[in-house]
Amino acid sequence: MATQTTGDLKLSGLTKEFDTFTAVHPMDLVIPQGSFFALLGPSGCGKTTTLRMVAGLEQPTAGRIHIGDTEITDTKAHQRNVNTVFQSYALFPHMSVLENVEFGLRRRGDKNAVAKAKEALELVQLGEVARKKPAQLSGGMQQRVALARAVVNRPDVLLLDEPLGALDLKLRRQMQIELKRIQQEVGLTFIHVTHDQEEAMTMADTIAVMNAGRIEQLGDPATLYERPASTFVANFLGQSNLLKATVTGPAQNGEVPVTAYDTALTVAADHVPDGVKEVWLGVRPEKLRMGEHGGPNRLHGTVTDVSFTGVATQYLVRMPWGRELTVVQQNDGSNRARPGEDVTVSWAAEHGFALDASQAADAGVEEEG
Amino acid sequence: MAVLSWIRRHLLAFAALAVLTLLLVPNVVVAVFSFNDPVGKFNYNWARFSTDAWTHPCGSPGICESLGLSLRIGVTASLIATVLGTMVALALGRYQFRGRAATNLLIFVPMATPEVVMGSSLLTLFLMLGIPAGALAILIAHIMFCVSFVVVAVKARVATLDPRLEEAAADLGATPAQTFLRVTLPLAAPGIAAGALLAFSLSFDDYIITNFNASPSSITFPMFVWGAAQRGVPVQVNVIGTVVFLAALLFVIAGQVLSNRRQRAV
Repeated sequence: MATQTTGDLKLSGLTKEFDTFTAVHPMDLVIPQGSFFALLGPSGCGKTTTLRMVAGLEQPTAGRIHIGDTEITDTKAHQRNVNTVFQSYALFPHMSVLENVEFGLRRRGDKNAVAKAKEALELVQLGEVARKKPAQLSGGMQQRVALARAVVNRPDVLLLDEPLGALDLKLRRQMQIELKRIQQEVGLTFIHVTHDQEEAMTMADTIAVMNAGRIEQLGDPATLYERPASTFVANFLGQSNLLKATVTGPAQNGEVPVTAYDTALTVAADHVPDGVKEVWLGVRPEKLRMGEHGGPNRLHGTVTDVSFTGVATQYLVRMPWGRELTVVQQNDGSNRARPGEDVTVSWAAEHGFALDASQAADAGVEEEG
Repeated sequence: MAVLSWIRRHLLAFAALAVLTLLLVPNVVVAVFSFNDPVGKFNYNWARFSTDAWTHPCGSPGICESLGLSLRIGVTASLIATVLGTMVALALGRYQFRGRAATNLLIFVPMATPEVVMGSSLLTLFLMLGIPAGALAILIAHIMFCVSFVVVAVKARVATLDPRLEEAAADLGATPAQTFLRVTLPLAAPGIAAGALLAFSLSFDDYIITNFNASPSSITFPMFVWGAAQRGVPVQVNVIGTVVFLAALLFVIAGQVLSNRRQRAV
């Protein structure tokens, strides 16, 4: 395919303004060829608008889009070698499954359209239903047809707009694994738009967390989770306990001393942003330990709630200043605390992270649901 | 008690049968009297069985000329109205533009205007424009009121279509023309067909507006029947009426069979 433009997808200063608001603020982003990239954020954060601009279904107000060295900003949707898996699947109801999958190939006059389409249906394990109409298939099967219809064209970039949103939880898990397998098999660049943080972390190599038309943080799932750069990311990706704290001195032995509610605590120095004094000290619930074996950082409180979830037990521990910390303990056979019990909660310095205290502590909380 | 409950269980069937009978009786009468050999000018009383009218359908002077004119006007008017109406419906259903609300409203005006008013005012308009009363004036008038019905039929269909389908087609590399021909048009087809049939029957059937704008050389079939009714209705009218009814029935049945088969297709 010598005529194809291959390479990384580059967005430079990409902006979308509507009459009353800015959906996407100037965005710069490079998505490497062959990667599985996720745009994660709550509804209305601009992720779908970004996707539609890449697809050519929405005209950007400003900025440029490149694939490799080729600029595609001003080309129409049908001229771009970019395909989309729509949230509603958008399968053509008057065509058979096979005709749906052939559609893109036929538009390009591919001589082997039928053979390739059948191959793509085999890839998503739907070879037997090729002659059926989309309406005769289940939601999960329709989703796979939509995927086959896009993948079969071997686009430079494949866009997935909340493709699993309409599926039930079990099917969603299955499709997550399936999608990842297919991406590795065909080696295309996948850009996956989702509001489901777990889905993004399960599948993507790199995640861009979006909020209010801007990218809050970009990184691999582990970095985003362990070292969120903002309270929004800390709350949107999983749960975080955030404590108001003050940096009390320079780093010693790679640890920064802080005080929270008159208690001396420490945080790993590289988890503290430069030059801030007032911080939110964050710790993930599963990094906290009931008892003193978690590390030198200790807080004392009273258990107010215990919920057993099978693999783990989740506690709410009320601090003397009224706030409750969430603690998640692996169900590893150790004794469970009871409601009303006075306990010590502990954690290690490297498990904490500090965020600039000028941000709202509850940013990104509600959307996480 | 057994009888009562039997009646109660079949009440719906009885009601349906009664309605169907009421609807079909006039057609049956028309068909039966097409085999009559009436005494005198009027075909109101049964005299004796005859197939004369069926073997000589054009036996009454002027009847087949008027039928031909009605068919020509009906086909032409419904074709043009369907093309125009489909375009209007797609525009109204798919795009936002200035005057969209006004267009939506104006579409209903021809349907709501009494035909007498429309017929007379159209004649005035045609006279002012120098278009002579006759076949052309009738055709223009028919196109005008048929468009509204086509728009309503197609718009109802377009409203149920997912606009993402057209985006998906473009996304898969279809040019706007290909998207229209391969996705939009096939999906809107049932609405377009319904609109076209409706337009044809409205045009074929129309008397009042037609009569205002007709000339002695442009007698449509309804005008012929009306004129004949003053002087004595030839049996051929019943023959043509029966054929038209059967043709319409055939269309409906064919449509049903086709859509059933499409739904069952595996």
